[in-house]
Amino acid sequence: MKAYIKAISYYLPPTALSNKELCEVFPNLTEADIYKKTGIKKRHITSEGIVGSDLGFFAAEKLFEEHNIDRKTIDYIIFCTEGLDYKGPVTACVLQDRLQLNTTCGAIDLPYGCTGFTYCISIAKALIESGQATNVLALTSDIPSTVIHPEDADLRMLFGDAGAATLITATENETIAIGSFSVGTDGSGAENLMVKGSGTRGPVDQEWLDKYDNVGGLKYGRMQMNALEIFNFALRIVPPLIESILAKNKLEKSEINLFVFHQANAFLLSVLRRKLKIEEDRFFIYMEEVGNTVSASIPIALAEAIKCGKAKKGDKVLIAAFGIGYSWSGTVITI
Amino acid sequence: MDIHEFTKQIEAEFEEVEPGTITPTTNYREIKSWSSMYALIVIAFVDANFDVQLSADDLRNSQTIQDIYNIVMAKKTN
Repeated sequence: MKAYIKAISYYLPPTALSNKELCEVFPNLTEADIYKKTGIKKRHITSEGIVGSDLGFFAAEKLFEEHNIDRKTIDYIIFCTEGLDYKGPVTACVLQDRLQLNTTCGAIDLPYGCTGFTYCISIAKALIESGQATNVLALTSDIPSTVIHPEDADLRMLFGDAGAATLITATENETIAIGSFSVGTDGSGAENLMVKGSGTRGPVDQEWLDKYDNVGGLKYGRMQMNALEIFNFALRIVPPLIESILAKNKLEKSEINLFVFHQANAFLLSVLRRKLKIEEDRFFIYMEEVGNTVSASIPIALAEAIKCGKAKKGDKVLIAAFGIGYSWSGTVITI
Repeated sequence: MDIHEFTKQIEAEFEEVEPGTITPTTNYREIKSWSSMYALIVIAFVDANFDVQLSADDLRNSQTIQDIYNIVMAKKTN
């Protein structure tokens, strides 16, 4: 048995933050500067009390409705986020009940960031191909805005909140199967992109809360990013990742109809595209309206590529993710 | 690529900069429209043209275009 991506939907919180609004907060920035640096015009921001699992829930409901999917056919749910509801129970358990999935359903959380989507697909494929599941619901949902200090202009202009829902289903049709994965990890870069004060190591304490009292306490932690190092990491790791994905799938670069990478930053993506010598019309960027939505970025871009006809039925799409960890992974899928 | 060509090409990468205003001794942080974006442009330029990676420390420890050029040349030969 093989696995394929059957359907994708996504949900954006209604409130958006425009470049104009950012410029009002940071008078030294211009709208043109922000756009040039990021390729983003607006990013959606969650409201107080609406967390990652809520966005995942809304995305899942949209998936069932938009693609006419019977929720009772789901036999495994993976919830991927860096903002879990609890240390226990697993948030996927709470979502199983909230989404009214069968109690025979398996449920796991995957606390991953930029590479969350490709990891979800990899695990879903393994579950299906090993006969443990038939219909895996992968929810990739992140709320980076809740861990960004309001004065961190570079982070606020880049990140947006969103939830995506992807259904991975068993098939006997090998031509549409999810391909082989290439993965990689280098934890020596962990400090270059990290949410400090977000777990059991160095948790938020009274001193922290006092320090950040004027900005609401930053009680879920504070994201810190060394942009130059992350940029360098991507330039270093993405070209060999792409080569490895192509080699594992016995494909030439020319056989790929569309390349969809983690939507990290449009400037970085265009530098990578040129480095990889991929033509602009085979390289999809969808950031203007949503920003970098962490684990939701690839499924949102895929959904949009399908919607606008850029990715057509039968197309081979190379998906590649890289970022926090450091971690990277990718594969080839068929639309 | 000699230092003069290097300077000229870096200048061309900085769209907002008037041609002829940057020299090898220019302290690049003092370029009028300098922003953190320029650091990424320099890194991308060096990566594309020399296959060399400039680290955040390399940039921190350099002041002028000549300093960057020297770091690139040293890394290229190593």
